[in-house]
Amino acid sequence: MFDLIKRLSEAFGVSGNEEGIRETIINEIKNDVQEISVDTLGNLIAIKRGKGKKIMVAAHMDEIGVMATYIDENGFIRFSNVGGVSQFVSLGQKVKFKNGTIGAVFYEDKLEDMKSLKLAKMYIDIGAKDRKEAEKSVRIGDVACFVGDTVKQGNMVISKAIDDRSGCAVLIKAIKELPETDNEIYFVFTVQEELGLRGAKTAAYQIKPDIAIAVDVTATGDTPEANLMEVKCGSGPAIKIKDRSVICHPEVKKLLEESAQRIDIPYQFEVLEFGGSDPGAIHISAGGVPSGAISIPCRYLHSPVEAASLMDIENSVKLLIEAIK
Amino acid sequence: MVYIKELTEINGVSGNEDGVREYIKKHIEELADEISVDSMGNIIALKKGKNSRYKVMLSAHMDEVGFMITGFGENGVLKFTTVGGIDERILPGKRVLVGDKSIPGVIGSKPIHMQEREERSNNIKLKKMYIDIGTDKKDESEKLVSLGDYAAFYSPFTEFGEGLVKAKALDDRVGCAILIEALKERYEFDLYACFTVQEEVGLRGSEVAAFTVNPDIALVVEGTTCSDVPGVEKYEYSTILGEGAALTIMDRTSYPNKGFVNYIYEIAKKNQIRVQFKQTNSGGNDAGKIQTSQTGVVTASISVPCRYIHSPVSVMSRQDFISCKDIVIAVLQDLEKNQQVIEKFKGR
Repeated sequence: MFDLIKRLSEAFGVSGNEEGIRETIINEIKNDVQEISVDTLGNLIAIKRGKGKKIMVAAHMDEIGVMATYIDENGFIRFSNVGGVSQFVSLGQKVKFKNGTIGAVFYEDKLEDMKSLKLAKMYIDIGAKDRKEAEKSVRIGDVACFVGDTVKQGNMVISKAIDDRSGCAVLIKAIKELPETDNEIYFVFTVQEELGLRGAKTAAYQIKPDIAIAVDVTATGDTPEANLMEVKCGSGPAIKIKDRSVICHPEVKKLLEESAQRIDIPYQFEVLEFGGSDPGAIHISAGGVPSGAISIPCRYLHSPVEAASLMDIENSVKLLIEAIK
Repeated sequence: MVYIKELTEINGVSGNEDGVREYIKKHIEELADEISVDSMGNIIALKKGKNSRYKVMLSAHMDEVGFMITGFGENGVLKFTTVGGIDERILPGKRVLVGDKSIPGVIGSKPIHMQEREERSNNIKLKKMYIDIGTDKKDESEKLVSLGDYAAFYSPFTEFGEGLVKAKALDDRVGCAILIEALKERYEFDLYACFTVQEEVGLRGSEVAAFTVNPDIALVVEGTTCSDVPGVEKYEYSTILGEGAALTIMDRTSYPNKGFVNYIYEIAKKNQIRVQFKQTNSGGNDAGKIQTSQTGVVTASISVPCRYIHSPVSVMSRQDFISCKDIVIAVLQDLEKNQQVIEKFKGR
């Protein structure tokens, strides 16, 4: 599992630029599914045909990042966020453009007060001596992801883009380990989740499933002086009850809870008071789709050191298979 | 330019686009094969293709930002709220036209010498402003104006400086004018020109129009912000006046199809038409709703830079408008010869 997550997390796939991660996923699953297609927005849809229930399983393959907006005469690159990027978390990080160019992220010296730090006061330094040299590597509109190697420490995996490559890993494992079933299952690796659940919306419209289950990460409340939240890393997959974008369908919630009980794995419930996720777009698509989610508890979301429990991820695979088989 | 003058001088605040709609319908009657107005009020005009394999959608919104009357003061003044995004600090002293009868009014507030010290050092709040239509009794005003009536900026179209234009509602009557021009030619593909409503209050018309048309590819034609003014750092400029039409790379509502955006850029370059990329990722437009309609649509958005947008004195360059129009036409002509590129853009 760790090696798979490492391959996925290290692939490039800033929202709207999912070509790299899509290829990586296709390579992982191409021998295991009957049909693979890519839709207009770039969602990857892998289909296991059947005569039973039509089930959509979704994990988003995009990750947050930055976009170059201006290159000054000295070759420094101004940038804006792609998805939710904190100025404080970005400070002192490395970013990597699609062509491999690496840059250091820093801020204007003259800033009086750290509290007033904004992305607009920061820049990327790629070591170019002037604009002309910088433009050889980076063009306005190019995107870069954060650099954060994938490492294993005890039972924890730490990396950039655990959000939501861990979910992608769960889908891939489920595709490989799925037992015989009559259900028609659409494994969807969605695009542009971080920009507003955009890929999931068009994919759900195309598929018109009977039921949908997303696999994504969620925040936790188990770190020092954390905001109050019941979810803990290592206490099992979380069954989503609600977030800002969706109130999960009670039948889907029940299906997931009963599945967890049947296979006797630890599980918890998730009420996320901020943020949205793909079920938010899916459940109001195409006349309405009963939707729910398996959430992988993850600390330090939207940073290069996102951290999750490998045990929780393994158990998410078991839970997903039990629920859709 | 005659379309722009006439179009910007019509009032069409979001939800009340009737005047603009009538004008456009009249001017495309002879150009389109089928014209329909849907339940929201969008105009969907079809110019049938010589072979109808693909559906190409052009979209421009008819509505503009403005005001709605929310109440009557004892001395005849009108209370109002904004419709769409308006910086309320620019409002005192502006001229407006109220209701279908276009009653002249001015936006007033407490005079400076009557203000308390604290009021003087802060901006006047919208709720302290009013529209004065020259009556001095509540019942007189009530005879002339109804609750819920719209008001629009009053601002005649003016040409000034070196090829510049000042008007209200350049956002997005420039797009409307370009769509009318585009309907003058017939192409291989079916061309749907959609004149949408209620963009300024949340991209509402385009969501419905895109669902109805279900196009293969869509180009949104807009007026966009232009912040190349004193006090703004160069790296914060969204667009630069006079540098040509601006292509959106990403904004808050959409991430246009990269293949299509590059294709448009190359066509502009090949035809030696001025073009720039919009450098900031702020703002949003109809592309957001069109791109995620049904199973997804290949979408891009091209705009005329407008300084002081959403004010009665937005300013654009004639040349940028012409660049934008020329690029839209050049793209349609090229798509006609290379329809297969539409397939190539999908999934990018």
